[in-house]
Amino acid sequence: MSEYLYVGKSTPRTIETDKVTGRAVYISDLRRPGMLFGKILYSRYAHAKIKGIDTSKAEKLQGVRAVLTGRDIPEVRVGFLKDQTVLKKDVVRQFRDEVAAVAATSPEIAEEALGLIEVEYEELPAVFDPIEAMKEDAPLVHEIDARGRPVRSNILPLPWKFSAGDIEQGRKDSAYIAKDNVRTTWVNQCCMGTSGCVAEFDMNNNLTLYSQTNVPFLGKQRIVEYLRNIGLKGSRVRVVNPIVGGSFGTKLDTDIYEFIAVQLALRTRKPVKILFTREEEFRALPPRQPAIFEIEQGCDKEGKLTFRKVEAILDNGAYTSWGATTPSVMMMPISSLYRVPNVSFNATCVYTNNIYCQAMRGYGNPQATFAVETSMDSLAEEAGIDPAELRLINCNKPGELTPMRLKITTCPLDRCIKTVQEKINWKEKRGKRNGRGIGMASLIHVAGGARVYKSDGHGIMVKVDQNGNVDVLESGTDQGQGSPTVISQMVAEALGFRPEDVSITLGDTALCLWDAGTHASRHTFMAGNAAIRACDKAKKQILEMAVEHMPEIVEYKLKRKERKDPDFQMPDLDYSLISEPDKLDIKDRYIFPKNQPEHPYFRMEVSEVLTRGLHVGTGESKVVVGEAFYDPPTEMLDREMKGNYSCTYAFGTTAVEVEVDRETGEVKILNLFAAHDVGRAMNPTLVKGQIYGAAYMGVGYGLTEQLQLRNGRVMNPNFRDYKMLTAKDVVPVVPLVIEEPDADGPFGAKGIGEPGLVPTAPAIANAIYDAIGVRITDLPITAEKVLVALKKKAGEQS
Amino acid sequence: MEKVSVSFTLNGEPVTIEVPTTWNLLKVLRECFELNGAKEGCGVGECGCCTVIVDGDAVNSCIYPIPEIEGRSVLSVEGISGTDGGLHPLQKAFLENNAVQCGFCTSGMIMSAKALLDKNPEPTEDEIRTGISGNFCRCTGYVQIVEAIEMAAKNKEGNF
Ligand code: FES
Ligand code: FES
Repeated sequence: MSEYLYVGKSTPRTIETDKVTGRAVYISDLRRPGMLFGKILYSRYAHAKIKGIDTSKAEKLQGVRAVLTGRDIPEVRVGFLKDQTVLKKDVVRQFRDEVAAVAATSPEIAEEALGLIEVEYEELPAVFDPIEAMKEDAPLVHEIDARGRPVRSNILPLPWKFSAGDIEQGRKDSAYIAKDNVRTTWVNQCCMGTSGCVAEFDMNNNLTLYSQTNVPFLGKQRIVEYLRNIGLKGSRVRVVNPIVGGSFGTKLDTDIYEFIAVQLALRTRKPVKILFTREEEFRALPPRQPAIFEIEQGCDKEGKLTFRKVEAILDNGAYTSWGATTPSVMMMPISSLYRVPNVSFNATCVYTNNIYCQAMRGYGNPQATFAVETSMDSLAEEAGIDPAELRLINCNKPGELTPMRLKITTCPLDRCIKTVQEKINWKEKRGKRNGRGIGMASLIHVAGGARVYKSDGHGIMVKVDQNGNVDVLESGTDQGQGSPTVISQMVAEALGFRPEDVSITLGDTALCLWDAGTHASRHTFMAGNAAIRACDKAKKQILEMAVEHMPEIVEYKLKRKERKDPDFQMPDLDYSLISEPDKLDIKDRYIFPKNQPEHPYFRMEVSEVLTRGLHVGTGESKVVVGEAFYDPPTEMLDREMKGNYSCTYAFGTTAVEVEVDRETGEVKILNLFAAHDVGRAMNPTLVKGQIYGAAYMGVGYGLTEQLQLRNGRVMNPNFRDYKMLTAKDVVPVVPLVIEEPDADGPFGAKGIGEPGLVPTAPAIANAIYDAIGVRITDLPITAEKVLVALKKKAGEQS
Repeated sequence: MEKVSVSFTLNGEPVTIEVPTTWNLLKVLRECFELNGAKEGCGVGECGCCTVIVDGDAVNSCIYPIPEIEGRSVLSVEGISGTDGGLHPLQKAFLENNAVQCGFCTSGMIMSAKALLDKNPEPTEDEIRTGISGNFCRCTGYVQIVEAIEMAAKNKEGNF
């Protein structure tokens, strides 16, 4: 039996009842008095000069309150590399470039006004292929850099170079070598709630931004900096999260529409809401970063990996958001998935006139793991070793220091591999080439925070009121993962209360302490560690209060009894049982002496003590509040891109059985087993929910989803043409939760938000190879691609 | 702007409104009645986030022309809990089974499920999946939603 009362239980999400009754307020539902609606005019070209903009007709439209162009607002650069402005004044470099914006009394009027804005463009030569864009004579996407210096190439000044050991030596030590070219494409995060925000200034230029951001504090800082740069020194900014309709990476960067809302609100002195349509969500939101990989790896006669060499080219699009930083995560599977002594990884990010990219569940990990794990199967074939065996031979082990200097603590990867192997009946089913096939892939991912900023901290405040209700001011955000439920379980456990006593307030920079953001699968790990520390403090205060006031409370009760009942015999109580905080404990929100938990007088509801402690009457009254700021003992990557950037790492393996229709090329998934190392599951039903959702998204990534760009324009900006899975696309996902409590995790937990997606696509690709003998290394693996590959193979054979 | 006056039943109550003829049912629910449960996920009939029940059928309210609502009976997620404020068995099952993550699809999902169970109280898994095939969910992979609907079907007392 577990030693815990609440963590590890599948507590239902009752704390989020508003979500099933229609009462939860998302950004789409938020109204502020006098609110206006903002809309954005995007570019009509992938690359063009803006010759002129005439807004006069739009301004005259009834209901229009402001029309802004790049000429109306200070030209301040924003973004990770400060390579764009909020409204583009002279040049547009992608179809989603924001050229003008309108605020009006209704979204319809704002939309109509956009149609009245006349923009004159002069088209410029554009480049859409990152390899073309690297050539010397390619059209330049940017003429100058952030500091105004002329730019000579489309290659970003952001080289990602990692090397460990000696590749040439590794090559010499190899008995077998495999080389593959692998490609992944753009996919849209497809949050069901579209992007949006409300910006509102008071008359002192203080801004409240209702934003869906996952990084309220970093987001706030970006806005503070922006306001400072446009001349509003000293403006205060408060960022408040409404209920968020999904994120999957989209809410890590502060998007341009948020700056535009700020500008419109400033101009009109009214609250302004911008809410994307679905079409905008497809066209104007940065998708997952695509990548082109060349991967080569080798092993010796026994199958031990000797080296791994990866070259990657990333189509950055026209500006730089988090997409360009995905190599920092790609590096993790490339250097540290399985034990490989000699590693080299170079990534080149290239500007093109395509839309720019950002984060999506797994960051760069799904892309890189697709490369590593497809190549593992190629290598297994070269070496004549069973692919599962090759993985087991090179399996990561606890206590290992990887070439990237990641310190592996707990690591049940071999258990994950063996579990799915057994479940899918590996030995029996593999290698038949009869249209049915099986394949597997594993993953490593950060599971104990990710130090991408100098602080990876997370703050929490735990207040206990006189009724014994607990208010938690939690600095993270919830985009649907269920943090309120899990945090209420962890707080209840640590404090000795019940989950239903706990309320959670999330994502408000005015109320909560600082946090680096809810990303990198870090929320449970961080919030849990912070909660344990804050609850320790609060609990200590309650116990001290108890030592102080319990004797009086008991005596008062006894006297009352005596008064009411003349026969009552005053008991002879041993007050030393409650004379020190250490002698007391709290469970289920009852305080009791540790030595006699069922004591008839000393066991009491915690609210009795809290009420008494708050109303002392002598100037000694107290409230209970514990706060903690947890910053894990991790390292930033150093100049060589090495460092232990997470406290712990999660592993997992997915095995898939597919059936491929040779006539249509269609791939059907017959079985999908996903074994995941979660440390300890805080809430098994919620953990499974993460695995199901991520696996489905991974199947979409593997087989159906693709944002189609033609000359920089998104050609399928709707759910008819962008193929997300529906309930009818049955994928029989079986989550297998592998528990091996991690010493650094709160109650042993590791993060599990992203891992489920990561190995799915390569497991499918490997299964397809097993089924029909063709290796497709270009995502998504559509029926057409399967047919083409089959035809090509038939041609080669005849 | 040309306006139309329509009368219909909304969550059991007779109502009359006058709105531009171009408005759809979703806009009416959200703007005239501040019923925010039905969501706009696409606005063109492709995602199901706006699902409500009209005369027993689940419909995409975002493409339901307002003049056609005259005389009909509309049920939105706000109208399915008991009058005592208690939750509907589907709402309970969704919470219990983690069929709600971000929750943006949830109102629509629950209404599609209700329309299904009202007609077919003991659906097979396949029938459930067909019943909600017009409702996208990005978070859950549908598995726990299907399970929740099965759970509600089993636990129901009397009619939905
Ligand atoms: S909003 Fe109505 S179907 Fe998408
Ligand atoms: S719960 Fe998020 S879309 Fe379904």
